[in-house]
Amino acid sequence: MPLRLEKRAERSSTMALLSPIIAIGLTLIFGAIVFAMRGVDPLHGLYVYFLEPLTDEWAREKLIVKATPLVMMAAGLSISYQANVWNIGAAGQLYMGALVAGLVPVFLTGWQTPEVMLVMLILGIAGGALWAMIPAILKVKFNANEILTSLMLVYVAELVFDWLVRGPLRDPKGYNFPKTVNFAGWQTLPAWGDVHLGALLALLAALGLGFLMYRMLKGFELRTLGSAPRAGRFAGFSADKAVYFCFGVSGGLAGLAGACDVMGVGRQLQTPYSTPSYGFVAIIVAFLGRLNPVGAILAGLLLALTFLGGEAAQTTLHIPDKIAKVFQGVLLFFVLACDTLVLYRLKWESRK
Amino acid sequence: MTELLAAKNIVKIFGSLRANDDVSLSLSAGEIHALLGENGAGKSTLVKMIYGALQPNSGHFNWLGKETLIESPSVARSLGIGMVFQHFSLFEALTAAENIALALPGKFDVSTLADRVRKLSADYGLPVDPDATIADLSVGQRQRVEIVRCLLQNPKLLILDEPTSVLTPQEADQLFVTLRRLASEGCAVLYISHRLDEVRRLCDAATVLRMGKVVATCDPKKETPASMARMMVGSDIAEVHAEGVTGKGPVRLILNDLTIKGQQGFDVSLQAINLQVHGGEVVAVAGVAGNGQSEFFDALSGELLAPQSDAVVLDGAAVGREGVTGRRKRGAAFVPEERLGHAAVPAFALSDNAVLTHHAVDEKLAPNGVISKSTARGIAETVIKTFDVRKGKPDPEARSLSGGNLQKFTVGRELGRNPGVLVVNQPTWGVDAGAAATIRQALIDLARSGSAVLVISQDLDEIFEIADRIAVISRGQLSEAAGKKEWTLEKIGLAMAGAHEVHHAA
Amino acid sequence: MEQFYAIAITIIAASTPLLIAALGELVVERSGVLNLGVEGMMIMGAVCGFGAAYVSGNPYVGLLASIFGGIAMSILFGFLTLTLLANQVATGLAITLLGIGLSALIGESFVGQPIQRLPNFHGINILIVFSFVLTALVSWFLFRTRTGLMIRAVGDSHVSAHAMGFPVVGLRYACVAFGGACAGLAGGYLSVADTPQWVENMTAGRGWIALALVVFSTWLPKRLVFGAYLFGTISILSFTVQTMALGIPSQLLSCTPYLVTVAALVVISRNRQLLRANTPACLGQPFLADR
Repeated sequence: MPLRLEKRAERSSTMALLSPIIAIGLTLIFGAIVFAMRGVDPLHGLYVYFLEPLTDEWAREKLIVKATPLVMMAAGLSISYQANVWNIGAAGQLYMGALVAGLVPVFLTGWQTPEVMLVMLILGIAGGALWAMIPAILKVKFNANEILTSLMLVYVAELVFDWLVRGPLRDPKGYNFPKTVNFAGWQTLPAWGDVHLGALLALLAALGLGFLMYRMLKGFELRTLGSAPRAGRFAGFSADKAVYFCFGVSGGLAGLAGACDVMGVGRQLQTPYSTPSYGFVAIIVAFLGRLNPVGAILAGLLLALTFLGGEAAQTTLHIPDKIAKVFQGVLLFFVLACDTLVLYRLKWESRK
Repeated sequence: MTELLAAKNIVKIFGSLRANDDVSLSLSAGEIHALLGENGAGKSTLVKMIYGALQPNSGHFNWLGKETLIESPSVARSLGIGMVFQHFSLFEALTAAENIALALPGKFDVSTLADRVRKLSADYGLPVDPDATIADLSVGQRQRVEIVRCLLQNPKLLILDEPTSVLTPQEADQLFVTLRRLASEGCAVLYISHRLDEVRRLCDAATVLRMGKVVATCDPKKETPASMARMMVGSDIAEVHAEGVTGKGPVRLILNDLTIKGQQGFDVSLQAINLQVHGGEVVAVAGVAGNGQSEFFDALSGELLAPQSDAVVLDGAAVGREGVTGRRKRGAAFVPEERLGHAAVPAFALSDNAVLTHHAVDEKLAPNGVISKSTARGIAETVIKTFDVRKGKPDPEARSLSGGNLQKFTVGRELGRNPGVLVVNQPTWGVDAGAAATIRQALIDLARSGSAVLVISQDLDEIFEIADRIAVISRGQLSEAAGKKEWTLEKIGLAMAGAHEVHHAA
Repeated sequence: MEQFYAIAITIIAASTPLLIAALGELVVERSGVLNLGVEGMMIMGAVCGFGAAYVSGNPYVGLLASIFGGIAMSILFGFLTLTLLANQVATGLAITLLGIGLSALIGESFVGQPIQRLPNFHGINILIVFSFVLTALVSWFLFRTRTGLMIRAVGDSHVSAHAMGFPVVGLRYACVAFGGACAGLAGGYLSVADTPQWVENMTAGRGWIALALVVFSTWLPKRLVFGAYLFGTISILSFTVQTMALGIPSQLLSCTPYLVTVAALVVISRNRQLLRANTPACLGQPFLADR
């Protein structure tokens, strides 16, 4: 093989900053090629996809709304992945957060004091965190692979959500539509235009976890356990506790994302429910942000842009909006490939 | 004698390091040739090239007088070159016969091979059970599998990399008999070691490497260990001063019937270990690798908890059920064997690695859970200065340091706290002579200042150099700790082979 | 009796893709590589298979295309993890996310189109037979041939394997490609043989269940047959119960395969001794040869 890697003595901090940018650049080139193949002028295509959505006020608000759950979830996933705890079931935890928060408006529609908002948000966190505790407990007690269990529980959460919203929680006056009553008053989030309180919470969560990760002993513990588990044990840290902590935090944030979404955007529970699929996109966000919770803020905005761009491409360029998923997947590939440059140098070598 | 192999002006470069710089070497049939040098001198690099696992940047090899490209290990094997690796190249999940079959060319048939293995191993006095899974074998047994694997290929040249580091003295003697017989049959042996006594006993010629260059060739039988050591190191090594204990202090570490069952498949169980270490003395635990040393260390550090709390007593406190943080708070400190990944996080800067063991005992390090970076850097800098840790930049990542410098850091990190009890596993494994002397002296000095020091080591030279009392571990059982003078090399060898083990009638 | 036969056939039909995909992943993991992208390779196999069958009118061409679809994705995975040493867990997820997106894009014009289904004899098609042949072949290959032994050796210790002169990376590429071929074929089974139509996301987590099956089998091919048929049976039975209208919500019954997967993982994983004996020791670890 002419291409080979050479280990750097230390990780390159220049490359750590550059690699996501290179990855984005490569994705844009890939996008241009795709547009060209579809018979669209590549530059025009890229403009419509990536820049036009930023030009008007309404779209900028949409961008923040879409980025909100992405950033919230990715911040939690970032610290988990750094600790080598692989929660990939954020989608299921989001379902559960939305569901549990949504119980309040369904059964206590009349509770309309400011506290109810707080209670619903806390219930959302609890719903996500408790659902995430299942794979965590199975991992700690039975050594069961958390990747597979957390993912399986996404399907279960989706089906449970679907059943409840179609059945016991359905709005009796809703003309048989599979949805609950509309949330109103204090049971929704305050909003500025389309942007709701959740955006602020996402920002706080990302910054808070960034501080925890890089300034606090707890973050040091998680990074140690993820990077060298045996050294972590030697330092007196418990890998089991880290599993609970990471699933609790990332599940709780996914649940909060669900609660914010139904309280700030949908203002009802309905099925099928599309936001949970953001749980998988949040994995891409986490990696694009280099598993730094603060990096997840920018990365979340960028991925939100790919959704808006997809919609724009559909209406303006008549390219199916599924292109967004392709761009997202390709972006993750380039991010992972470029991350190699942080630890290795690339060398092209001709055979002797 | 005919020249079998010649290395001609071999150069091998890794990044900015010239691991082999213009190395030439000549080997004849029937010759036992030593390759001497400190850690990092380039011995392993050279033999990996002879075995085809690495390719030189320039220079070439002659095989039986003809210039030959040794492209890969399978080419080397087909030429008749066999190699016994230091960290074995066996596959633990496979059986001995399967391991051997993988190295042999020709028809692939594990079952008929088993018979050939039995026959050959009986012939050479190297008992090997072909059906045994490697994971279940002791280190010595594994080495025999590797040797038998080489011998089945009728080698003309056998390379052994530090073969006796995992053997008892008696097992080593047995190995020498086999090697001499091979030599008498015309096989050349390239023998890598840093044990100079052995080299003098066994080898006909020696080539000495230092920092990638050949610095001397000699006849070991005409040299003294000291003269060869000077060739290896390039200067006299600082001697370690260890006057006898001047009056023992109080008992600081007690082990009472410490028994821990092996946790997972291949772990060794610790059986009824009793030991007392006084302040002021260095007690060493000798033993062949894989006899429970790492489990023993974990049990002392608290990474592995004992069933009863009084199984481990630190300065009068029963801590058997306390974790590593609790034990550190009581003034104990630990240095594990594996530097990268256990003692230190490879990807972390040294200041972060200082936090690793200090966070529990230094209140200034993480007040309110927020790490004080300046305090961490301060700790690291003190260690770096006190122990002369050489490094490229102010606060480098642990993995960028050489083995010796990282070891000085991980030992120094604990010594800086002036621990009441220090447990060290393999303090100088893979460390150059200069750093080894520094570390050994520091351990003795700590003991003489009143601390109890427990050293686990496979290096008998080191043990006799620094220990006041010695105990031997074999298969998870620890012998009586007796004064250094009461041990002879022969006695210690018998103990390493398990003479003190108690066998419970089934 | 006829009804019983019909149920048996549906069970076989549900189990076969799981078995084929899991066999491929088993070989991959035996070589020490963890490719979590089975779902993505499978869905790409499904869309490529359907597309080729649709364009050519020949279901066998479809199956061939599904194999190539799976291989293409797996080579991408191999390039990232084996050449560029990217994290295997993350790359596997990337393969799945990309596969789902790409297949949706490619398959958009196929939705609702008919194709000629893979012929069968009383419900038994060639792939069902093939899945058993493949099980025997993989078992023989891994435990009775030199190359198979080398693959297990590479999975056990890539450092030792490299020292012995085995082509670690080359062997792993081959295994990864085989895993991709199997996953692709399993996807092709779904879209060409099982329900001859293209539906977005039609693999519905089967790739992940196949991954769980590999753990459940403790990396032994013969146990995969048992595992795959156990899962096939459970999912079909839960489906059958749904049609009986017992008043149990259909969604809850649909949960069973996923819950059973979780339960099976727990049962197997709690026996650490058993897992340790068979888990490839290098599973998921990157390897860079020094030279």
